[in-house]
Amino acid sequence: MERGECVAILGQNGSGKSTLVRLLSTLLLQDGGTAHVFGYDVFKEPRKVQRLVNRVSVEASFFKKMSAAENLAYAARFYGMGPRETHAKIPVILERVGFPAARRGEPMENLSRGMQQKVALARALLTSPVLLLLDEPTTGLDPRSKQEVQTFIREIRLQHDSTILLCTHDMKEAEELADRIGLLDRGELLFIEPVEDVKERYGVETLEEAFFAATGRTFEDEKTEDDEEREVFA
Amino acid sequence: MATVDTTFTRRKILRDELIGLYGVVERNLYLTKRYFLWDLAFLLWTIANTLTIVFISRGVSLPPAAQNELATKLLVGGVIWAFLGIIFEIVTETVAWERWEGTIEYTFMAPVSRSVHLMGMGVYAVLYGLVRAAAIFVAVVAFIGIHLPLANYSAAVALLAIASISFIGVGMMTAVLPLISPEKGTQLGFVAQGLMLVVSGVYYPVSVLPGWMQWVAKISPATYALRGSRNAILRGAGLAWSDVWPLLVIGVFSIPIGLMVFKAGERYAKKHGKLKRSG
Repeated sequence: MERGECVAILGQNGSGKSTLVRLLSTLLLQDGGTAHVFGYDVFKEPRKVQRLVNRVSVEASFFKKMSAAENLAYAARFYGMGPRETHAKIPVILERVGFPAARRGEPMENLSRGMQQKVALARALLTSPVLLLLDEPTTGLDPRSKQEVQTFIREIRLQHDSTILLCTHDMKEAEELADRIGLLDRGELLFIEPVEDVKERYGVETLEEAFFAATGRTFEDEKTEDDEEREVFA
Repeated sequence: MATVDTTFTRRKILRDELIGLYGVVERNLYLTKRYFLWDLAFLLWTIANTLTIVFISRGVSLPPAAQNELATKLLVGGVIWAFLGIIFEIVTETVAWERWEGTIEYTFMAPVSRSVHLMGMGVYAVLYGLVRAAAIFVAVVAFIGIHLPLANYSAAVALLAIASISFIGVGMMTAVLPLISPEKGTQLGFVAQGLMLVVSGVYYPVSVLPGWMQWVAKISPATYALRGSRNAILRGAGLAWSDVWPLLVIGVFSIPIGLMVFKAGERYAKKHGKLKRSG
């Protein structure tokens, strides 16, 4: 990936998308192979990589009784941000993601999922990551929240210097947000190239058709397939 | 390939680590504030539990002075049991609570050293444990009516603080257990607490134990914490070097061993994908 690029990795449940994100986040150790983030070996230099990376996953994951501001402050401390800095930055970042100022002190458990996901985006952006890992950030959100999160991702691309790796099984989302599309199937990357090139390569009109052409299976087949092998990558 | 400079001065790294440590303490303060009533209920349970032990002294036929001494010895045992329990509980929460909330992945991917992270939990555990121990002590003394005319409280608190270095080290070893077994790991912290106290003379002199247990008592930090605290509360003794140096030596070994064990557990969890949420 190039600096400032947005790459979407498509794949069904169990294809290895979350495993890829966890590997790049230094949360998993590899069985084999290597991974580098802007020149740093993920497994040999994890601390350097950790300074560059942050993520948003499908589960917002917060201390439920703590407020948005308290959760953000806790996360920011691990990135060397003291009270004075977070006091100034947290209201700004929450405002940017469209989080109401009046609810900053409210426990997270009182917030909707869409609202929690906005705070998750704010948490990741607060540390100014060079590489932002988005692991199905809009899965399970209602259409309006989904659109808001997608709009914000577009804004990040325009205003920040972040490189984005977006893992999703939403082909439309990938097509709209990414410069290049990768297809991960059962732990194997089948291709990674601009969406138009993908369609041209397989001579198809849509990404769904490209998926079928590349794997020999449809998305519907995947949903009903009881394949234990896929669980390895879940 | 594009590269990004991540070079930091030692001063910047140290500053960031200290802010990380502060962040752990601060987060625990937030949680204590949010769960205040639950913590209060747990404190009442611990006071009741300590009372059940100390009331034994009232059922023994002894002259009043001897009965008062027995009550004090039992009280010190009960308070240290509670203190150790809360330290192990909080340090073990390093993994257990974050796994339940689902924040564990965010915390473990952050650029802060595990030693600072665990020390932050340990520092908060000791501060919270001391406040809680004082509350239990005062409540039981007032309820039963124990006389402590010679008590040297500052020496007792100082000794507990020194012993805490070792307790945190052992706590780090138990903190790794929820990483290995999310289902049963947390409970094993209580096993460590019980085993440590049974050989340390929690409610009885170490001399009544079988020979091999007396030998084990020598390497238990709780032995010196109990002995020194009893002497301070009953006889007004100051910090005795004979209690302090073993605690320092055990502390010097237990912290690095605790960190080593935790890091081995973390490595195992990363290898087997066990750093996921489980709540």
